[in-house]
Amino acid sequence: MSARASSYTPDIQARGNGIWSRIWKVFWNERFLWLMALPGLLFFVVYKYLPMLGVVIAFKDYNLMLGIWDSKWVGLKHFYRIFENPDIGRIFLNTLIISFYQIVFAFTIPIFLAIMIHEVSKRSFKRVLQTVFYMPHFLSWVVVAGIFYLMFQSDGAVNNMLLDMGLSKIDILSNSDNFRFMLVLQVIWKESGWGTIIYLAALSSIDMELYEAAKMDGAGRLRQIWNITLPGIRSTIVVLFILRLGSVLDVGFEQIFLMLNPSVRDVGEVIETYVYQAGVVNGNFSFSTAVGLLKGLIGLIMIFGANKLAKRMGERGVF
Amino acid sequence: MLQRMRSGDRWFNAINLTLLIVLALVTILPIIHVFAMSFATTEESLSGRFILWPSTWTTEAYRYIFDTGVFFISLKNTVWLTVMGTLINVVLTALLAYVCSRPQFSARRVIMFMVLFTMLFGGGMIPTYLVVKGTGLINSLWALILPGAISAFNMLVMRDFFESLPESVIESARIDGCGDLRILGHIVFPLSLPILATFTLFYAVGNWNQYFSAILYLNDPDKWPLQILLRQVVLIGQADIFSNLDPNVPLPPSVSIQMATVVLASFPIVVLYPFLQRYFVQGLTLGAVKG
Repeated sequence: MSARASSYTPDIQARGNGIWSRIWKVFWNERFLWLMALPGLLFFVVYKYLPMLGVVIAFKDYNLMLGIWDSKWVGLKHFYRIFENPDIGRIFLNTLIISFYQIVFAFTIPIFLAIMIHEVSKRSFKRVLQTVFYMPHFLSWVVVAGIFYLMFQSDGAVNNMLLDMGLSKIDILSNSDNFRFMLVLQVIWKESGWGTIIYLAALSSIDMELYEAAKMDGAGRLRQIWNITLPGIRSTIVVLFILRLGSVLDVGFEQIFLMLNPSVRDVGEVIETYVYQAGVVNGNFSFSTAVGLLKGLIGLIMIFGANKLAKRMGERGVF
Repeated sequence: MLQRMRSGDRWFNAINLTLLIVLALVTILPIIHVFAMSFATTEESLSGRFILWPSTWTTEAYRYIFDTGVFFISLKNTVWLTVMGTLINVVLTALLAYVCSRPQFSARRVIMFMVLFTMLFGGGMIPTYLVVKGTGLINSLWALILPGAISAFNMLVMRDFFESLPESVIESARIDGCGDLRILGHIVFPLSLPILATFTLFYAVGNWNQYFSAILYLNDPDKWPLQILLRQVVLIGQADIFSNLDPNVPLPPSVSIQMATVVLASFPIVVLYPFLQRYFVQGLTLGAVKG
């Protein structure tokens, strides 16, 4: 009985001491939930939010000896340097061009592929196809880059086949004319199949009766795709497109970093590889943080802009 | 009329299937080619033909790689990274996702916003590097685990799934006197096995495959994971990294060693993944359709 009484004491205090003890009481009731959340919260605070505070070094002259807080404030100096730097324009342009190719090809191909797979009526065959198409997604970029390198090098399988067919060799690994083309080709090979999953899920929820009705009206397969299948995945396409626009300046750093070599740096250097080069390799921490911050802010504007645009077009948007 | 439509259908199916088969071959043949080349004899691999099945099988390249210590050191690092990293990923993600799925939890909206915001904006490479350095993780394998402990996207999908579980089951357990820890262990997790399996697979693949954090944070070759070794051997062309001390052992052509390293670095994933396919498609579409 006495133990029971003591467990009620916070309640009595709550009435006595106002808001703080009420907060304490809520917290105490939820103590196990807070305990469970603690490691995750700690992770987000330390490795996600501390770096966000760390972007202040973009406005300072970061000095290793002084640390983040004691380094000298320099205002927008590094941002002026960005706009004065002759390389930066080229690097943003490279990023945008590669991103544009990826949206035109790597974003649209999964839509076609998903519709093609959806049109297969035999379930077992469909399954085998999916197993094959999803596979490359699980390979690391090092493995994919390695496979491409081994296949396309000058005495690799592709060039030997071309010679056998009486054609001339192609050089897509170190030729700057083909470099961006090769990057997009790799993304298509690795991620197209994986990209179909969400579309296939949306396609499977289309009412089959619509197709039956269309058949009765004499619509052919292409007509059914145009009038039923495509409208069925329209909102999925829009949502994924918004998300894609939000990351328009993220062009696959890991991949490009692996494929980059001096002979293609002119066309292949993108913002992130530049940040790595200037920051980690050359030690210009403040300047490269400023470049990264600029990229992050543009990304933020892009995703809100795209979301607004989608809503104006009558779609649901992502938030 | 009906006749015309049927033949149109047949043409459509024939073209569609042919295209799909061609695309599937383009996807799978390079993988088979690399696999076959890694087992081919020296003459055959230097002939430069598009081999899909070696005429004579040899394990020369593999024996050469296994004879050296470098491979097993990096394999050990990768296995440790995958097991330990995935354990931390899944436990932390599931705990936070569960907490945020409780409708009565006071801070849930704040925490959700905090997680969501990291998907839109981040500190970037250099500030993150400085924080990792500040927490003393440079040159430690923990630098490849802790800074990526939770994927915000995975956590949101998992929370959506936990929210879709019938609240009445959880409520009745609470009335029977179960605390949150017991509810999580005895009710929520057993009901969520497909989605937990899915994210275990995704995290494990991510951990096995990661290489850039290793380049960023590790200086010591003894700590290299397999992917870094692969990059050195294939893309930087140091097949002699497996410096074999015995001069009597003939050196296999570097192409074979490169191919064999590719196979070894991707082997567990390629072998395991078809068995897990059912789970991840189920788990992923659950999240996608709802979200």
